[in-house]
Amino acid sequence: MKKLLSGNEAIAAGAYEAGVSFACAYPGTPSTEVLETIAKEYPHIHAEWTPNEKVALEVAAGASYAGARTIAVMKHVGVNVAADPLMTLPYTLIRGGFVLVSADDPELFSSQNEQDNRHYARFAKIPMLEPSSSQEAKDFMKEAIRISERFETLVMLRTTTRIAHSLGVVELDEASEQRAPALERHPAEWVMLPANARRRHPVIEERIRSLRAYSNASSLNITDMADTSLGIISSGVAYQYAREAFPEASFLKLGMAYPLPDEIIRDFAGKVDELWVVEELDGFIEEQVKAMGIDCHGKDRLPMCGELTPDIVKNVISGRDADPIREYALPGRPPSMCPGCPHRGLLWALKRNKCFIAGDIGCYTLGFLPPLDAIDTCLCMGAGINHAHGMSKVFGAGKEKIAAVIGDSTFFHSGITGLANLAYNKGAAVIVILDNRTTAMTGSQNHPGTGITIRGEQTTSLDLEKLVRALGIDWVRVVDPYDVKKTRKEIKEALAFVGPAVIISRAPCVLLKSRTVSGRVLYVDPDICTGCKVCIGLGCPAIEFADEKAHINDMCVGCGVCSELCSVNAIGGGK
Amino acid sequence: MNVLMAGVGGQGIILASDMLSEVMMRYGFDVKKSEIHGMAQRGGSVMSHVRYSGNVASPLIPFRSCDILLSFEELETARYLAYLKEDARVIINSYRLSPPSVISGSRDYPDIIPIIRERTDRIYMVDGHAIAEEMGNPRGVNIVLLGTLSTFLEPEEGLWVECINFMLNEKIRSMNIEGFMKGRQVNIQ
Ligand SMILES: Cc1ncc(C[n+]2csc(CCOP(=O)(O)OP(=O)(O)O)c2C)c(N)n1
Ligand code: SF4
Ligand code: SF4
Repeated sequence: MKKLLSGNEAIAAGAYEAGVSFACAYPGTPSTEVLETIAKEYPHIHAEWTPNEKVALEVAAGASYAGARTIAVMKHVGVNVAADPLMTLPYTLIRGGFVLVSADDPELFSSQNEQDNRHYARFAKIPMLEPSSSQEAKDFMKEAIRISERFETLVMLRTTTRIAHSLGVVELDEASEQRAPALERHPAEWVMLPANARRRHPVIEERIRSLRAYSNASSLNITDMADTSLGIISSGVAYQYAREAFPEASFLKLGMAYPLPDEIIRDFAGKVDELWVVEELDGFIEEQVKAMGIDCHGKDRLPMCGELTPDIVKNVISGRDADPIREYALPGRPPSMCPGCPHRGLLWALKRNKCFIAGDIGCYTLGFLPPLDAIDTCLCMGAGINHAHGMSKVFGAGKEKIAAVIGDSTFFHSGITGLANLAYNKGAAVIVILDNRTTAMTGSQNHPGTGITIRGEQTTSLDLEKLVRALGIDWVRVVDPYDVKKTRKEIKEALAFVGPAVIISRAPCVLLKSRTVSGRVLYVDPDICTGCKVCIGLGCPAIEFADEKAHINDMCVGCGVCSELCSVNAIGGGK
Repeated sequence: MNVLMAGVGGQGIILASDMLSEVMMRYGFDVKKSEIHGMAQRGGSVMSHVRYSGNVASPLIPFRSCDILLSFEELETARYLAYLKEDARVIINSYRLSPPSVISGSRDYPDIIPIIRERTDRIYMVDGHAIAEEMGNPRGVNIVLLGTLSTFLEPEEGLWVECINFMLNEKIRSMNIEGFMKGRQVNIQ
């Protein structure tokens, strides 16, 4: 049967067809839909959201040790979090086929950096497959499971946004049987003490040699000879762009992007006049081709930053620029926090208290944009608390107003250790946990604080206040961010307190059913409005300014924050 | 054929482009579609590329090769001129959603029609919101616009209806088919 599937849906289908029985992930664009599809479409596969990527990879390893076919899914920066287990896992014996799905984000559509995760495959010495379409995403997932079991190694399946989120036609097949688990003991291969790891290292090196031989013989790598004046080596979506731009050229398409099939590459290079390696981000393939003593073009001309497009590939290789098309400086439309978002009032209140706000990653990071201008740092998940602690330590307690904001999901991901450190080392920053009861930025996933699993079952829910207190924080308050005046006052008290203070700002994301806003549209009385623009300072997309007055449009959800700020009580209605 | 859909997060562009893709697959084409979700869901610009033919390589439409641009919002139309073929058709929903700089009063909402005319004269305005509201389904603008788009494309009405039935749950089917039909009946000026 044929179906239109995104790359992520195709990966889920591939996992199902390969007999995978265990899947886990932490959400992250553009990888999130793999596990969501599994949870929705394939009830026979166990699915779980883990609090972070390191947990995901380690839980998956346990499942594989027990004999199950398993996948762990994450975005590119998630692999950084999972890098510790990733580096030693290849030393250990894999039983059930085990695939790490890593989704890169060239062009940073929704990420904090543009790292090229293909390096991780070489770094960890594991094979890596790179699909160039939805069909291949499914097929390569199955092949990855086969390779994993045959070579007893973790395998990486690497996608990018344009593969993960593009739709293509996919031919679906029957599913293979899942593997029955069986308890075994392999201490020499599973207990990575120096003596054992020392013996395992040569196994890895030998395995990569065998995998290179496999790659040379594998149908994953396809040579297609046509016009030999131009030969292109490529993989992933870049291959599709190159095909589009140069339909007549000869191609070596690499489905197995590590280890590279050296003999095939040498053979191909020998048959073409001009050789190009077309790849997004780093010159990962190109450098290895050049190390083989083969001359080629690549990153000497093609950009290392941003995604490629058919036009970039065409213009760069042909050396001709198309006539420029006149561009207009149109007003931009950046993403913004939703009307009525609970983060808005809280950030506004922190700003009013003149805090330096160390930020973190989530919807609240959008509070960086004007007019709020409320986020002063954003590095990686969990960093904000630690930034605030480091800064406030340097200045000394009470010298500068240093605060940090962190979402609930991010707190469970990697904020807990930072808060323990803050307490342990006698810090004095104000930490605000934005408890909107979900992982909103990536599309509302549940987490250990929500009391609900990925499949909607009830489960235990972590008690944030108790947890924070257990970490050694005595000053803890819970606020309703829609009550901005009270929130502002609590922040003031927290700033006055000498020592670590935690404010839990609790109100559900407005996209959740449990939201507490009224849903009724407020209005501005034009006879009362003085045009002072205080409400405009919230940056709510539902408030517009025209004809010297504020106006509220029908996107308003009635959170009431703007009406609280209005000193002449011009905003009302909706009650 | 290359069809580009443009608009703002939350306007239902992803669903409309999914339906177009489904129709074209059933009509017998190879189809690829690419768009950016994620942060764009929070009110940012959204575009979706739909490509279909005997065999599609790139999921992205190259510059100067878009046959039809279906735009859900006036200003958004003007962002994608580089994609248009010389004689491309541009269907515009006559609807303005102010971006932040206009909301705050620091910029004016631009008049985009003269800008588009620089690339093509084949501009068609549709008041999707008026039609959707008249039907009592203000969120159904996307399906109305899809209906209008369908009159420019080969597949027959029946195939579109079949796909709408396939992709939507029972409760909202008839409402959306009605919107689709209304969109088909729009007298294109
Ligand atoms: C290591 C890592 N994993 C995943 C992501 C993707 N990501 C961005 S923000 C976010 C979580 C946001 O949830 P929360 O902190 O609760 O804030 P909210 O968006 O709900 O306001 C995730 C998972 C990331 N940026 N880095
Ligand atoms: S999705 Fe939720 S948390 Fe994110 S901006 Fe909207 S209301 Fe705020
Ligand atoms: S009440 Fe005010 S701040 Fe809240 S959503 Fe409506 S316009 Fe925006």
